[in-house]
Amino acid sequence: MSTLKITDLNKRYGNVHILKDVNLDIESGEFIVFVGPSGCGKSTLLRCISGLETISSGTIAIDGREVNDVAPSKRGIAMVFQSYALYPHMNVYRNMAYGLKLMGMPKDQIDVRVKAAAEKLQLTSYLHRLPKALSGGQRQRVAIGRAIVRDPKVFLFDEPLSNLDAALRVQMRIEISQLKDQLPNTTMIYVTHDQVEAMTMADRIVVLKDGVVQQVGSPLELYERPQSLFVAGFIGSPKMNFLHNEHAAKFGAHTVGVRAEHLEVTPSDGAWSGKVIYSENLGADSYIYLDIGEAEPMILRQSGKAPYQAGDTVSVSPKPHELHRFDATGQPILH
Amino acid sequence: MTAATDVMVEQQQAAPRSFPRIRIGRWVTHLSLLLIVLLWTVPTAGLLVTSLRDPDQIALTGWWTALAPAEIQANARLPAASDQVEEAGVYIIRGNILGADTNREILAYGATNATVRGTPVGEPLAMQQGGVVRIDVNGNFEWRSPVEFTHDARPRVYYAATMAPRATLENYQTVLTANNVGRSFLNSLTVAIPATIIPIMVAAFAAYALAWMRFRGRDFILAAVVGLLVVPLQMSLVPVLSLYNDIAGMFGLEGKGYFGVWLAHTAFGLPLAIYLLRNYMAGLPKEIMESARMDGASHFQVFTSMVLPLSFPALASIAIFQFLWIWNDLLVALVFLGSQDTHVVLTGRLIDLLGTYGNEWHVLTAGAFVSIIVPLIVFFSLQRYFVRGLLAGSVK
Repeated sequence: MSTLKITDLNKRYGNVHILKDVNLDIESGEFIVFVGPSGCGKSTLLRCISGLETISSGTIAIDGREVNDVAPSKRGIAMVFQSYALYPHMNVYRNMAYGLKLMGMPKDQIDVRVKAAAEKLQLTSYLHRLPKALSGGQRQRVAIGRAIVRDPKVFLFDEPLSNLDAALRVQMRIEISQLKDQLPNTTMIYVTHDQVEAMTMADRIVVLKDGVVQQVGSPLELYERPQSLFVAGFIGSPKMNFLHNEHAAKFGAHTVGVRAEHLEVTPSDGAWSGKVIYSENLGADSYIYLDIGEAEPMILRQSGKAPYQAGDTVSVSPKPHELHRFDATGQPILH
Repeated sequence: MTAATDVMVEQQQAAPRSFPRIRIGRWVTHLSLLLIVLLWTVPTAGLLVTSLRDPDQIALTGWWTALAPAEIQANARLPAASDQVEEAGVYIIRGNILGADTNREILAYGATNATVRGTPVGEPLAMQQGGVVRIDVNGNFEWRSPVEFTHDARPRVYYAATMAPRATLENYQTVLTANNVGRSFLNSLTVAIPATIIPIMVAAFAAYALAWMRFRGRDFILAAVVGLLVVPLQMSLVPVLSLYNDIAGMFGLEGKGYFGVWLAHTAFGLPLAIYLLRNYMAGLPKEIMESARMDGASHFQVFTSMVLPLSFPALASIAIFQFLWIWNDLLVALVFLGSQDTHVVLTGRLIDLLGTYGNEWHVLTAGAFVSIIVPLIVFFSLQRYFVRGLLAGSVK
């Protein structure tokens, strides 16, 4: 059991209001991802949960116990930092054993735990190396190992993959997902600005903007039923096309959003038409940029090669039921 | 497409232009580095060479001529008439004008200072007292006269000679065997070692608190420390001394003693040590401290197990600075330790050796080298940390 309940959490630095009335209910064993643009407060929220930052008001409860005034090490949580924060003067073994030693655990028990974690993370042959002699992925694994040995109820990840190169990032992403399966009772909270990580790993995603929770839901929920313009634009790549004025008026909305993959080319009588500005052929599919008179070009995704040249006129329509309508306040108009 | 070609063209044009510029910059760097190295090593080399030379030669020529024979002018007296022998009707006086100075070689000689180079070596020189004198290179002379010598006053002969260079350790022997130099060496160590360790220990704790602990007045304390950096030592010397005397009196301590000088050096060294260490520690990755806190470490544990080991380069650099400063210090030691014979530090002792007129260069140079040894040992044993400490902020 390791539930996490955040009630009316506020965080201020002097006059700056960072987190505004955050309410979250996280079930035991869930994998939660916080996403949002930089400066949205997602890392601050994580640090409040960890106890590294104090909160201005509200409560944080782990397993029903309020932990507002509990020291970070006593909350039953472990954190993996963006820069790994390995102790550079200690070898891998001592890095992992440090927290256990401070708990006053007997040496033989520490040894068992560290070796078990090392095995799980394929670090057994590196136990006596210093962090500087490890590759980026190995350092990341040590950071995770250091968290695992403490057997935490809640596992916090603060953008753990952002220092890795693309290939390694994919590999570590899979490893973390596998780790999640191995620790079914551990709740994991993961902060990232990378949508792919959010979409692929999360049970539920929490979208934050300017310290306010915008929407909480499973990845597909956010993709299919965004509850605000912001979420609609933030989730999905390329960004959802937003159309205004007469383009939107046709559908009885202030703003209409439609994803690039939900646009279809029609012979001539589509909902919108415009000139091709540019097209990108990526092999498996291609992106076509259309100028339909909006400030930003409309992006259209087609599978295979696109047969269009710059200057061609193309007419497009949204696929049925794949159109998002928003009113003037950015709230969705339900069908 | 056109944008891409433009960029390529630009790069092609830029490449030959930037190439020589980089090389010139590197040359300037290397040359100025060389200049700085020369500026620092040449005087030291001069000191070393001088300390190994003959005291007489030091007085005559510079250290850079140490390997070339020095040319000197001197005079000597020839014997009186009583030393003459008669050989086959000729009266002869023999001897050696150089005496024990066997490293000289006569070039020329004369009867007066003005004519010192008048007679080349081996040639006859007519003497006022009668007869002629010939002097060979070694200084052996033969003064011959057909009539008996009658002079009582010993006449002078002026000569020019070259002096062969002589390397000697005599100066070091003079310094090391002088009264109580060994004692002073120990005194200096007794002052310098605790006076290096104490302030660094205190400063490390203070620096950690100022860098990583949140408390009221922290910024004010830091500003005060920075402010104390500019207080000249000379200004605070007398107040600190009288304060120390009062406090020492209360505890029944002597007014002048090692404890006082340790405290004084600690006080004078602390602001810079705290300031430098704080800046270094504040630059350590925050996440390491946070991670340790998540692992359950208290501030003291973070300090001992994270910050201290990671600050070793900075600690070593500051140890070197502080040790050098104390080792070379005379003022604070004289004021707080006094100039009694049993307490004098090495710098004080060297001053005694220099003589009243300060003209004993051979003692000064050898003494300088004796006192350099300890700082050199300290520097080279901590050097790798020192270099790392200097680079630590710039290269991550």
